[in-house]
Amino acid sequence: MVPPASKTPGLRYHSTMDVVVRCSNLFKTYEGKVEAVRGLDLEVRQGECFGLLGPNGAGKTTTIEILEGLLQPTSGEIEILGRRWGAHERELRELLGISLQETRLSEKLTVRETLKLFSSFYRQPGSPEVVMQDMALTEKADTWVGKLSGGQRQRLAVAAALVGNPRILFLDEPTTGLDPQSRRQLWDIVRQFQQRGGTVLLTTHYMDEAERLCGRLAIIDHGKIIAEGTPAELIKRYCGQNLVEFAVVPPTDGATRELWKSLPGVESVHEENGLISLSVREAHQTIPALLDAVEERGWRLVHLTTRQASLEDVFVHLTGRHLREE
Amino acid sequence: MKVEEQTGLAPARPAPPLPSQPARTNGRWTGYGGLLAARMKELWREPEVIFWVFGFPLLLALGLGIAFRDKPAGVTNVAVVAGPGAQRVIDRLQTSPQHAGIHADVISQTDAFNRFRLGKYALVVIPQPDGSLRYRYDPARPESVLARAQVDDALQSAAGRKDVLASSSEAAMEPGSRYIDFLIPGLLGMNLMNSGMWGIGFALVDMRQRKLLKRYIATPMRRGDFLMALSSSRLVLMIIEVAMLLGFGVLVFHMRVLGSLLTILLIGTVGALCFGGLGLLTASRAQKLETVSGLINVVMLPMWVFSGVFFSYERFPAILMPFIKALPLTALNDALRATILEGAPLAAQGTRLAIMVLWGGVSFALALKWFRWV
Repeated sequence: MVPPASKTPGLRYHSTMDVVVRCSNLFKTYEGKVEAVRGLDLEVRQGECFGLLGPNGAGKTTTIEILEGLLQPTSGEIEILGRRWGAHERELRELLGISLQETRLSEKLTVRETLKLFSSFYRQPGSPEVVMQDMALTEKADTWVGKLSGGQRQRLAVAAALVGNPRILFLDEPTTGLDPQSRRQLWDIVRQFQQRGGTVLLTTHYMDEAERLCGRLAIIDHGKIIAEGTPAELIKRYCGQNLVEFAVVPPTDGATRELWKSLPGVESVHEENGLISLSVREAHQTIPALLDAVEERGWRLVHLTTRQASLEDVFVHLTGRHLREE
Repeated sequence: MKVEEQTGLAPARPAPPLPSQPARTNGRWTGYGGLLAARMKELWREPEVIFWVFGFPLLLALGLGIAFRDKPAGVTNVAVVAGPGAQRVIDRLQTSPQHAGIHADVISQTDAFNRFRLGKYALVVIPQPDGSLRYRYDPARPESVLARAQVDDALQSAAGRKDVLASSSEAAMEPGSRYIDFLIPGLLGMNLMNSGMWGIGFALVDMRQRKLLKRYIATPMRRGDFLMALSSSRLVLMIIEVAMLLGFGVLVFHMRVLGSLLTILLIGTVGALCFGGLGLLTASRAQKLETVSGLINVVMLPMWVFSGVFFSYERFPAILMPFIKALPLTALNDALRATILEGAPLAAQGTRLAIMVLWGGVSFALALKWFRWV
């Protein structure tokens, strides 16, 4: 059943069949004052892992909870797997697996009992035993939830989302507060789910997580998407491929900005605490010219490194702030 | 398809294939069964629940049952103030027909008055120099009033008084009229209230605070199933509570249960559901455990005082009666007492059951209207 294009007012139907989550012009205002989401559009395609990246308070959780049907938007259109929350709530619930940012599951139930309970809600659930195996929880099957470590609890939270056999997995900050090993374990689980054809939508404020896990991302700030694309595209678009970072004595003021900008291959200049950062296409073209320019003026380089640009740099470039800044 | 036509939406396209094969297909009631099983397991694993639901009422029944037990052939303790006439009083008491029920000590006046004040003696007999007797008693203490009549009666007949009217008595000590018989149904009612209010109200707010309610509604779980499972778990506990308290009364205090067990369980069911509804209402919006604890206590306090758990509410002024009788715990206690102690049939309990159904039904309806899942 292919839906006829353009019959639905307010929703754009692409010829591509593979958009599974779509929202347009989403707004959410709390108590008539706080604007958490201010006009947000996004599309998630079948089989991809889509990330919402942004600092705390950017509106990520509000956005994902609206998409999950747990929060009512102030305005906007939402369509998931061609269905809408108002009309197909039960049907959608069968198709989605959701892990909230913070859920404390019953402490006096074991891991197996918890998964059995969650699987009992779905018409066609997966097997708790298989999910436990996939999530490396079999060893803890008979342990009370209250006795699990943080990483194990988080894996159980995702397991409870997976046991319903969902088509789309929603994860809100799945690795916040976890140790590096537990984070990697969770990443593997997400990839596994994706390899089986599942679609993932996750929020994170870790740029490394977004970079490694997400096929595409939207960077969110102040309730709006400020950039969208694959991690590589975003880095290339906003920061060039590489960054050349250096400092000179005597410290220069903003007036030298034009000088740095004129060096070959430089796409943009960013200065923070005396450290100058150049986004460049090819470091080997820029660096000799930089050294010459410094020497000509009788300055001295006190620091020089080159590195690959990251999503953090993209965020700094776009907002002038860091992702983890409080 | 009907819904889609009404909303003017494009027909939903088929969902993409499942990432893994389903292990099984669940039926309509699987979710309810899962919730009930999980709830029962949680309750059993909570030591506080076991104590408050089962241990506490038994301890209370045992303690109060012992403190207010009926003394066999109640002996009246009497002090006789030492002096010239004291020995004569003792002699007369011993030769009187009532001598078995009276125990008399000869002690100094100061000691006698002191111990009378402390409750050791019910009466002080003070022989007067002119040969007459003076009784010191407390009109506010029933046993003191009784002792005065009993001792005077004994001394008069020992001194040769002749009764002008022939009379005889027969002792009728039957279970059913003792304090413990009054107490056990009251404790049962109070326990159903306590465990209903805490078991539902507290548990719900705890789950809301943990975001567990929100997590549940993010699944296809039916909300009605969730509330039903919570109520059913109360009914299972109710059966155990009834069996335990009544069994305890029968075994330890030789209580006699006159009504049918089925009627008692039916009343218990109505009571448990009524307080479950009230618990649901108190928990419908509270976000914090502190808030709901306060609310539960506010709701329960008037019933602890007025509903005749430990003493008969007939002691309150008549003007309060309509208010007292409208309380759900009063209705439950009255219904339980009438059935257990008097063997009243269910048909005779219409008003009381209606009061409970009304309280429970209205609370439940309001709770559903106001309930916050997130």
